[in-house]
Amino acid sequence: MTDMSGKVAIVPCSGIGKTFGTVSRVAAYQVTEDDRPKKTRLVSLAMLVMGDPESKSTLAESPAITIDGCAMACATKMVGQCGGRIAREFAVLDVFRRYHDFKPQGIADLNESGEKLADALAKEIDIEIDNLTSHEEGGHHA
Amino acid sequence: MPELPRKKVGIIACSGEELPEGTVSRLAALRVLEQLRPGKTVTICLPLFLAGGEGDRAFARTHPTIALDGCGKRCAFRGTEIYSHRPAAGFVVTDLVAQHGLEQPQGCRKLDTAGMRAVELVANQVAEKVDELSGGDWGRRASMQEAPEGGTEAPTCACGSRK
Repeated sequence: MTDMSGKVAIVPCSGIGKTFGTVSRVAAYQVTEDDRPKKTRLVSLAMLVMGDPESKSTLAESPAITIDGCAMACATKMVGQCGGRIAREFAVLDVFRRYHDFKPQGIADLNESGEKLADALAKEIDIEIDNLTSHEEGGHHA
Repeated sequence: MPELPRKKVGIIACSGEELPEGTVSRLAALRVLEQLRPGKTVTICLPLFLAGGEGDRAFARTHPTIALDGCGKRCAFRGTEIYSHRPAAGFVVTDLVAQHGLEQPQGCRKLDTAGMRAVELVANQVAEKVDELSGGDWGRRASMQEAPEGGTEAPTCACGSRK
């Protein structure tokens, strides 16, 4: 079930020291700005760390999709600690295992393979969003 | 006499994805880590203070840190202070941009020219602070006295993961 405005919260890793963190962020931007802007809202992890009321309210009302850049899984853990409902967790490493040809490099700017990996991740997230929102529409209909 | 290893300076950036200034903070931190002061700095992800272990929370107690915030909410500075230890210094991108009369940065995903100028300004200020802190004067007592000055600074990834 999505919130009243029908949006899904997208919570990416906020890591700045590793390539996979950048891949998670680029994928999140693609989903929220290009692919599904009307169905999603980007939520910053830093705001959750500080208990920002608006961000917590968003998580209380909306299902969340988390994107983790490393095994520490900060995005998933933080959403859980804030009482959010995680509809799906994505880990960049898992996606990379499915797309071995896309070897990401760079942090400030991803190489072409990194951009392709981010695109592949974004498309998987798009599908999840469509599933979530179609369930919502179906639920209302019933 | 053997030369003891210098303590690295930690850089903690807000990395807020919703604001262009968050992107400025992230890229400025990276520029310091990779280009301006490699080997002298490390970074830790702000969420690791909550999602990580005691070692992560102890980070700022054992390293001088610079908090680099995108906006006046100062999540990096306040978060580090609450969950670890008060940063030795702090910078706020919006304040620095205003103080230096720069144009407002635009573009969360891809910064415009004004945003890249802000990155350069912030990174240089952070690098100067790194030199100051790594000069050996830093101490817990000193870190209690210095408040944010339109910005902050910190180090490279401390989480230990390879990617």
